[in-house]
Amino acid sequence: MRPRSPLPPAARAILRRDRGALARLITQVERRDPAVVPTLKALYPRTGSARIIGITGPLGVGKSSLVNLLLAQLRASGKTVGVIGVDPSSPFSGGSVLGDRIRLERKAGDPGVFIRSMASRGHAGGVAAATLQAARLLDAFGMDVVLVETVGSGQVDVAIRDIASTSVVVLVPHLGDEVQTLKAGLFEIADVFCINKGDLPGADLAAKDLREYVSLANNAGRWKPEIVVTSARDGSGVPELWQAIERHEAYLDRDGGRLAGDRRRASREIEELVLDRVAGDLRGALENEPKHAALLERVARREVDPHTASEIVSRTRVRRRPPRSR
Amino acid sequence: MTRAVKPPPIRVLIAKPGLDGHDRGAKVVARALRDAGMEVIYAGLRQTPEEIVEAAIEEDVDLIGLSILSGAHMALFPKVLKLLKLRKAGNIPVFAGGIIPDEDARALKRHGIKAIFGPGTSLEEIVTTAKGIARRSS
Repeated sequence: MRPRSPLPPAARAILRRDRGALARLITQVERRDPAVVPTLKALYPRTGSARIIGITGPLGVGKSSLVNLLLAQLRASGKTVGVIGVDPSSPFSGGSVLGDRIRLERKAGDPGVFIRSMASRGHAGGVAAATLQAARLLDAFGMDVVLVETVGSGQVDVAIRDIASTSVVVLVPHLGDEVQTLKAGLFEIADVFCINKGDLPGADLAAKDLREYVSLANNAGRWKPEIVVTSARDGSGVPELWQAIERHEAYLDRDGGRLAGDRRRASREIEELVLDRVAGDLRGALENEPKHAALLERVARREVDPHTASEIVSRTRVRRRPPRSR
Repeated sequence: MTRAVKPPPIRVLIAKPGLDGHDRGAKVVARALRDAGMEVIYAGLRQTPEEIVEAAIEEDVDLIGLSILSGAHMALFPKVLKLLKLRKAGNIPVFAGGIIPDEDARALKRHGIKAIFGPGTSLEEIVTTAKGIARRSS
């Protein structure tokens, strides 16, 4: 790293809490605009103080309503809050309807809240490719808490784990029997389980099934996911939900889990950035580079198989493009 | 970061200022814009001009669509435009739909509303116009 260079203007704007600048930076990140990279680099050392909390779970379980109640509670206790609501993009038109704002209420002109809706834009896993950077920008902006609400998740949508330090999995009664809890995926990432719509019959049974699931886990000495029953209809259980989240955050600080988690998230992020670069370099290059034309021809004629061809291509590319820095 | 493969989608805020609860038109338009490949931030019913402008800024939208059937358009639309200017977001184009008499429509256009759609407008026309006036073309 070079010695201290002056901060890019956009980074300075974030640090003086310019809301328009924050909004535009998130747009740039969403568009993968390379011009934003120096700003992200400059802001990184100033992040890490926000608690990034993921709220995930299937479609229609009440994630937005819970986020709204958490938002109200956090504001009442004086904490500043960023909210990112992710909704799916259409695989057909690319368009989307982002409706998470409808449920979010706040005092007019409250500068302690910043809400941003995000379309998944084809990214898998329940979040958008830009969600991590957007959360980090809200962190640099000075928000105490960033609530990230995922797309209504399927069983394998666990990408929130690579963004949030605490993941809340929201469920409702009657989603299935206890065998569902044994299945791989979503249930594995919960630091806190929230059974919402707890005023409906069956909430007790759902909580019991989850307690059983949690007790089956072989995680002696490690965090045991907490189970909270809430009702977004009357707000009951929401203070307990936040307390459970805070207990998990405190556990991370106590047992060195925060650094370990950050390290794991860093490795994932760097991996993605490197893969992105490589993919960007490679995309279209095979068809367009004359030196590969002969190879493509030979594969097409069944003289070389694609596996062998891929070995040849990656060997030549690795030689040609050494890693930029070590 | 890699180069963008496709132009980024237009982001549009659809909101209903005022107190009427008739949001069917807004929802139909939201859906048509979605099907045209836009990202529609649907803010829903009973939004104050302040809330609409705050949402437009936070969401960094390219376009705002307002729907109103209460008759309060002459009070509310100019207020939205004024607040946008005040917040240095006066370059976000605004279009509107609802029950708006021709005379009012002319006055609102003089205020800076880019397009006004009455009952019976085809969705095709709304989509085409929206694409045409959006801040960042795609």
